[in-house]
Amino acid sequence: MTPGKTEGPITVTEDGGYLPGTHPDLPPPSSVHGPVHWIKVNLFGSVTETALTLVAAYFLYSAITFLVGWMFVDAAFTGESRKDCRAVATGACWAFIGNRFSLFIYGFYPEPERWRVDLSFVLLILAMVPVLFDRMPQRSKALIYTCLYPFIAAWLLVGGFGLEQVSTDQFGGLMLNVVIGVTGIAFSLPIGIVLALGRQSQLPIVRILCVSFIEIIRGVPLITLLFVAAVMLSYFVPPGTNFDLLVRMLIMVTLFASGYMAEVIRGGLQAIPNGQYEAADAMGLKYWQSMRLIVLPQALKISIPGIVNTFIALYKDTTLVIVIGRLDILGIGNSSLADTKWQGLSTEVYVFVAFFFFVSCFAMSRYSLWLEKKLHTGH
Amino acid sequence: MRIFISLIAVLFMASATNAGTLEDVKARGVLNCIVNTGLPGFSYTDKAGRWKGFDADMCRSVAAAVIGDGEKVKFIPATGKTRFTLLNSKEGDVIFRNTTWTFVRDVDVKLAFLPTTYYDGQGFIIRKSKGVKSAKELDGATICIQTGTTTELNLADYFRANKISYKPVPIESNEEARKNYLADRCDTYTTDASGLAATRATFDKPGDHLILPEIISKEPLGPVVRHGDDQWADIVRWTVYALITAEEQGITAANADKMGAKSNDPNVKRLLGTEGNLGGMLGLDKDWAKRAIKAQGNYAEIFERNVGPKTPIGLARGLNANYKNGGLLYAPPFR
Repeated sequence: MTPGKTEGPITVTEDGGYLPGTHPDLPPPSSVHGPVHWIKVNLFGSVTETALTLVAAYFLYSAITFLVGWMFVDAAFTGESRKDCRAVATGACWAFIGNRFSLFIYGFYPEPERWRVDLSFVLLILAMVPVLFDRMPQRSKALIYTCLYPFIAAWLLVGGFGLEQVSTDQFGGLMLNVVIGVTGIAFSLPIGIVLALGRQSQLPIVRILCVSFIEIIRGVPLITLLFVAAVMLSYFVPPGTNFDLLVRMLIMVTLFASGYMAEVIRGGLQAIPNGQYEAADAMGLKYWQSMRLIVLPQALKISIPGIVNTFIALYKDTTLVIVIGRLDILGIGNSSLADTKWQGLSTEVYVFVAFFFFVSCFAMSRYSLWLEKKLHTGH
Repeated sequence: MRIFISLIAVLFMASATNAGTLEDVKARGVLNCIVNTGLPGFSYTDKAGRWKGFDADMCRSVAAAVIGDGEKVKFIPATGKTRFTLLNSKEGDVIFRNTTWTFVRDVDVKLAFLPTTYYDGQGFIIRKSKGVKSAKELDGATICIQTGTTTELNLADYFRANKISYKPVPIESNEEARKNYLADRCDTYTTDASGLAATRATFDKPGDHLILPEIISKEPLGPVVRHGDDQWADIVRWTVYALITAEEQGITAANADKMGAKSNDPNVKRLLGTEGNLGGMLGLDKDWAKRAIKAQGNYAEIFERNVGPKTPIGLARGLNANYKNGGLLYAPPFR
């Protein structure tokens, strides 16, 4: 029995009170604690704050009611034209998105072959698992599959060797965004690492090559590079050779992202104290060993936010393919909107496309946060 | 330096090998046709992802004439700024993308413009509530205008000539313009009158909007090919003329075979390949024009199906009627 606690009859006086020093701890009064107090202090602390709170609440309320009304309550989900939608509802006309859904996803990919797109997408997710989660069992074997995945996907999507050939100009819609985005992401990281290391190299030729490559890429807008891929390259290859436009585009997007990636990683490399490099040397590690075992794991860890930033930017840049005559998800939206049956529903298209990009980019950003936390070894 | 010189030499060599589009198309088995990324009635995709519209049908007619199959077309959607680049880099064989024939584009940009398929002119659309009855009253107005087009230049000229001012709101596509105009971010939207009619047809209250009477420019819209390949230019040119002549002679997609076999009119017989060998002179076969007509119909059929009075776009033939009906469509004789 410790003094000051409520148990035991001794502490209570005859009229039900407490003996001095024995009153139990009470929770702080609600005037200085709890949600009510928090609201009072933070939202209604002064006249200005009260006014701001009320105005903000009003705007939030009207925005949310408008959005919910437009997107769900007053929205039309079925119909064969904009007129059908307008006849039953005043809000969004999601019937349009539903009507063109497969076009948005697969573009002009021939209908009987679309299972190949689905399959390569499922395989993509499987290929990503060993990269994303290092604690999975049998990881090293799974990584072999991941390395083979680009070839499997290329075979599935383009065909040949038993599958019907599908020309790359039939790629379109979301599938085109994903193909370009994933290729860019997958190849720009290793190329970027090599470039970043090359930029710090002791060998002048390697250094000059890497620096000039990075600076040229960073000095030119992506849209210009895509134009070069579409237009200039055909001047340099012998007439009659057919160098696939999509491949040219993939190369350009990858190189572009690698240039930025190299600089992000260089930032990470420079943040590693010299002592780490020297310690690696002192242990007798060769250059690649010291990079692989000592320097890069630390440098990449620091660079995660920048790397993911580059990934996200690259992913969103995939909509630029319209300049070389390919319709991605946004382009399909525009060409579908020119159908007189549906004309005038651009808001719905933009909301739909924005939603798709938000989901993908937000997932990337959340994963990077999780990874940062997991790799955090500081104090 | 030597590398530089050889690079330049390669560039010149590449640009000198402009001839031979016909061989390329035949070898490829597909016509690469540059169209608009989306213009109601002229080029758009339907639910199944098939390109439709006036311009898309014209592409199919050319493909039918050259390759023998109107479906062997690869459509390359292009914006106003990228269309000529895509043509010159040989990504496309021909442009059917409501492209205005102008002196500078023809002579200085070195493109070959072929017969006009649609005569248009630039107009203005404005809310009736603004109380404007003529384009001359638009002093100080904000105007939505598509960039990289001739309409942009016409607008500047017209306002300069009339000594009035305006504030341009540059936009990229027709859909974007529609949105901005309806949101009242611009007082008026200017583009080809056909486009204005098509856009107005989709408004919730078309009656509240007025297309001003002034047509401030001539917009002859037609196919474009690269400079310097006369054979290919001839093929596209005479395919368009074949469609126009077919309307004149009453040849349709449905009766082309019968007319070719039964007609006694030598004009019809020459066009459809039952007499003479006009196709052979183009480097094609005798039936080229018949195939082009059978693919999507004659000019009138293509017009009526895509933009005519019975479609939501509802354009009258107007200037685009055959010359016999008071229009401007006039094809030279097939002989």
